[in-house]
Amino acid sequence: MGDAGIDRVSERTRGVGPWAWMRANLFSSWWSTAVTLALAYLVLRGLAGLFAWGVVHAVWSVPVGANGMADPSACLDAAGVGACWAVIADKWRLILFGRFPYHEQWRPALVVGLFIGLYAVSAMRRFWHAGLALAWVVVLAGVGVLMWGGVLGLAPVPEDSWGGLPITLILATFGLAFAFPLAVLVALGRRARGLPAVRALCVLYVELIRGVPLISVLFMASVMFPLFLPEGVNIDKLLRAQVAFILFTAAYLAEVIRGGLQALPAGQAEAADALGLTYWQKTRLVILPQALRLVIPPLVNTFIGSFKDTSLVLIIGLFDLLSMGHVALSDPPWQSFSTEVYLFLAVIYIAFCFAMSQYSRSLERGLDRSRRR
Amino acid sequence: MSAGVDGGPAIVLDKVNKWYGSLHVLRDVCLTVAAQERVVVCGPSGSGKSTMIRCINRLETHQEGRIIVDGTELTDDLHALDTIRREVGMVFQSFNLFPHLTILENCTLAPMRVRKMPRREAEALAMGYLERVRIPEQAGKYPGQLSGGQQQRVAIARALCMKPRIMLFDEPTSALDPEMIKEVLDTIIGLADDGMTMVCVTHEMGFARQVAHRVVFMDRGEVVESGTPGEVFEAPKTERLRGFLGQVLRGH
Amino acid sequence: MSHAVADERPIPARAAPKRRLRLSWADRRFRAIVWQVLIVGVVGAILWYLIGNTNANLAARHIATGFGFLHRVAGIPIGESLLPYNPSVDTYGRALLVGVVNTLEVSLIGIVLATILGTLVGIGRLSRNWLLAKLTAVYVETLRDIPLLLQLLFWYTLLQGLPPPKRAWSLGHAAFVSNRGIVLPLLHWQPAHTAALAAFAAGVLGTALWARHARARQDATGVRPRVWPVAAALLLILPLLAWAALGAPFAVEVPVLRGFNFRGGLTLTPEFFALLLGLVVYTAAYVAEIVRAGIQAIPRGQWEAAEALGLRHGQVLRLVILPQALRVIVPPMTSQYLNLAKNSSLAVAIGYQDIVSVADTTLNQTGQAIEGIAVIMAVYLTISLSISLFMNWYNARIALVER
Ligand SMILES: Nc1ncnc2c1ncn2[C@@H]1O[C@H](COP(=O)(O)OP(=O)(O)OP(=O)(O)O)[C@@H](O)[C@H]1O
Ligand SMILES: [Mg+2]
Repeated sequence: MGDAGIDRVSERTRGVGPWAWMRANLFSSWWSTAVTLALAYLVLRGLAGLFAWGVVHAVWSVPVGANGMADPSACLDAAGVGACWAVIADKWRLILFGRFPYHEQWRPALVVGLFIGLYAVSAMRRFWHAGLALAWVVVLAGVGVLMWGGVLGLAPVPEDSWGGLPITLILATFGLAFAFPLAVLVALGRRARGLPAVRALCVLYVELIRGVPLISVLFMASVMFPLFLPEGVNIDKLLRAQVAFILFTAAYLAEVIRGGLQALPAGQAEAADALGLTYWQKTRLVILPQALRLVIPPLVNTFIGSFKDTSLVLIIGLFDLLSMGHVALSDPPWQSFSTEVYLFLAVIYIAFCFAMSQYSRSLERGLDRSRRR
Repeated sequence: MSAGVDGGPAIVLDKVNKWYGSLHVLRDVCLTVAAQERVVVCGPSGSGKSTMIRCINRLETHQEGRIIVDGTELTDDLHALDTIRREVGMVFQSFNLFPHLTILENCTLAPMRVRKMPRREAEALAMGYLERVRIPEQAGKYPGQLSGGQQQRVAIARALCMKPRIMLFDEPTSALDPEMIKEVLDTIIGLADDGMTMVCVTHEMGFARQVAHRVVFMDRGEVVESGTPGEVFEAPKTERLRGFLGQVLRGH
Repeated sequence: MSHAVADERPIPARAAPKRRLRLSWADRRFRAIVWQVLIVGVVGAILWYLIGNTNANLAARHIATGFGFLHRVAGIPIGESLLPYNPSVDTYGRALLVGVVNTLEVSLIGIVLATILGTLVGIGRLSRNWLLAKLTAVYVETLRDIPLLLQLLFWYTLLQGLPPPKRAWSLGHAAFVSNRGIVLPLLHWQPAHTAALAAFAAGVLGTALWARHARARQDATGVRPRVWPVAAALLLILPLLAWAALGAPFAVEVPVLRGFNFRGGLTLTPEFFALLLGLVVYTAAYVAEIVRAGIQAIPRGQWEAAEALGLRHGQVLRLVILPQALRVIVPPMTSQYLNLAKNSSLAVAIGYQDIVSVADTTLNQTGQAIEGIAVIMAVYLTISLSISLFMNWYNARIALVER
């Protein structure tokens, strides 16, 4: 019955051609017509202006002056009328790869490729088994080798000269990889019946971290961590930020995973108990495989969030993608072309986040469908 | 299958009491089930049938009295618990198959992990029991792809794969459509013919008459009457049982 | 399926007995205790170790711990403040308080504006007008995919690129927009205005009482007295009368250009404005999704059932749809409000002096790192807890309304 109704509606809107469609969806009433006309005017003007600024009057490259510096006078002449894409042409490698030695920059580029490949593989249902964890370990180790070097004939590169997109991806991905097991334990601990002290500890951790902004945890990492360590031991700023990230992400992931654990019917655990499985067997073989599958969409969303959150390391002076944009802008010739640089950065962030959010959306639809079945 | 270890009773409940908070759900419940005996438990909703049967494999813990299963007393001792869980199989009203595992994997999980059986052996065992319940051809499917009756038969096979001496059934047919009830009951009757010790909560009177050695009537947490199906159904002694039978018969 | 037998004979009550603990690894409760002691012990030992190190480090660097620094003169210049503040005499404690007030100010205004904008966008996404639905979808998608910090920096540089005060854009020579911020005319506050405000508050109370009375009358007689004429009279006419009775004073202070900047009027600094703009525009994208999901969560059958009962469109919305939608909307909305408050800490990147920014300066000037971070965390935990409590209370209330 319901299907027949839907068919009738879609025939009415689809079958009669574009005019009928426009009448139904753009000009259905005088109010809708007014909205359509006003928006169409604004959109067309906006797009035309953007096209004129970004393409027609844009400056794509500038000559290099006698002192080796770019000469931005062409851009300055076009300021306000046309975009200065020359700043991107001049700085894109600095922005993407930071101060990594110029001739070694294939290494961070490869790292970015590895990360993207890892995400793509992880996204495919076909690979959702124990082998995936191994793939993560291998890729993350490979990332370490490529960035640090010093083995396999790769020149060693200290962390101070890492920067740009690889830092962003490293912070987000390592953050997830290490936060995830911690989050699973915390989520289990928060639901542990008969262990009130452990439960209180987990609640305290999760609520404390979720109650404060990330920046305060990062400040803690940059100014308080050194105090925590014994005299003479010093850990690198990047590592400290990474630890802060892991602790922060784990609290949010734990809540997501707890949601999955709660959504599982109690009968599953009872059946496992009745079969004589131990607590850990039950958790590993029956509970987690189901609970985690339920929460993949929110897990992806959490990951998107932490991907964007990596930009906060700018405030504590680490060189992620956004910070490198800032560094590029501090170069005297380019100081007034921040809009172009910010747009370039925004496009990169959007590309990553959009792909991930579309993926999570499609998973949600799939889950809904299988639940209805 | 075989009788209790020393030929003694398979299950003894001795003055068992249980509370949920301040709600007293089992009151001095006494019940002895001999090896190879088949007991049907009936009673009105909320009378504590599920609670009692779940105490027998310690999905619920009792607070007073003693429960002895197969010669082992149930306490907070986890070794005793492990033993009991191996010897007692349970079938739930809502099947509780693991939806992320295939039918075969559902059946081999416990033999492999708890009994440490090699995979090949466990699979052969599982296929044997799936043939018993007459669905070997579904072994590679997932629970979601089976009908309710088929799922319940898989649940029975899964429990049997642990080679339990005792089987507990908690309303195994009440989530099923009428046409599927028979296939499940026939499977259970087949087990009965093998001499399995069984405790079954059900309101299927015909089934009780055909299979049970004894029928136990519970009400408000107490065992009110118990006897052969003939005694209990034909000559109820108490007003409570008469009322209950009247309602059930009217309802059917 | 119910076979309940009515049987009301009293049954003697008996309480559950206590059980003894056996000291054996096979005992479940003994094992639970061992696990807890172990886990808590390990966590405690780690903390103990870290605290020990910290104390040793602090001693080695001759840093005294404690909050004594709160009473010292701060000397931190703070650009904008709702509280009176003078850097040369006021203490760190005062400076931090100013920071807290600034955080609260931008968070509260941000929450209100983000809710309004987000609701509009969310409803826009459900519009039958294809263009409007698509445009709002693009808004939501893009803004959610760009880190907030990047957006803040973008807005901030954009505002700084505005003309200087001398060439400021003016709106009717009363409000000015320049790279020093937005300057608005300010009402010269007089007792009459206070009286009008008080009358308005009384009006709100009166309206609520009248609505209750109307409901009671409806319950008793079936006829619902009209609410809106009374509401209009109480909320509009009463304040106007109060204001007029005291002479209807109306004087505004118009900002004027003096030298390189404006004098008088109400100034929104570029820092404040960029932060507010960024927070509102970003959070609204999330709010829009929540509102959309909340409205879509109500099955069509609810509309149809309510209309079949003969309720009018407005009644359906008010009595059937909104209570249900709100129940879906409130919990995720709470976490967005919390996020907005926490995100306001990004102020430190563009120089708006919120609590994080002031505490950061304090921490750099005094070297009291632990105390500074403790202050930040305590403030945010308090804010988070307050918002959670308020929203839980509200959620419980609307859950009751629905029942
Ligand atoms: N986990 C629990 N917490 C609190 N009370 C419970 C719990 N489980 C059951 N009860 C209560 O204990 C009593 C007995 O429940 P039980 O499930 O054993 O009844 P039942 O005889 O199996 O009924 P039914 O025929 O409906 O399955 C009921 O009053 C029930 O409300
Ligand atoms: Mg029951």
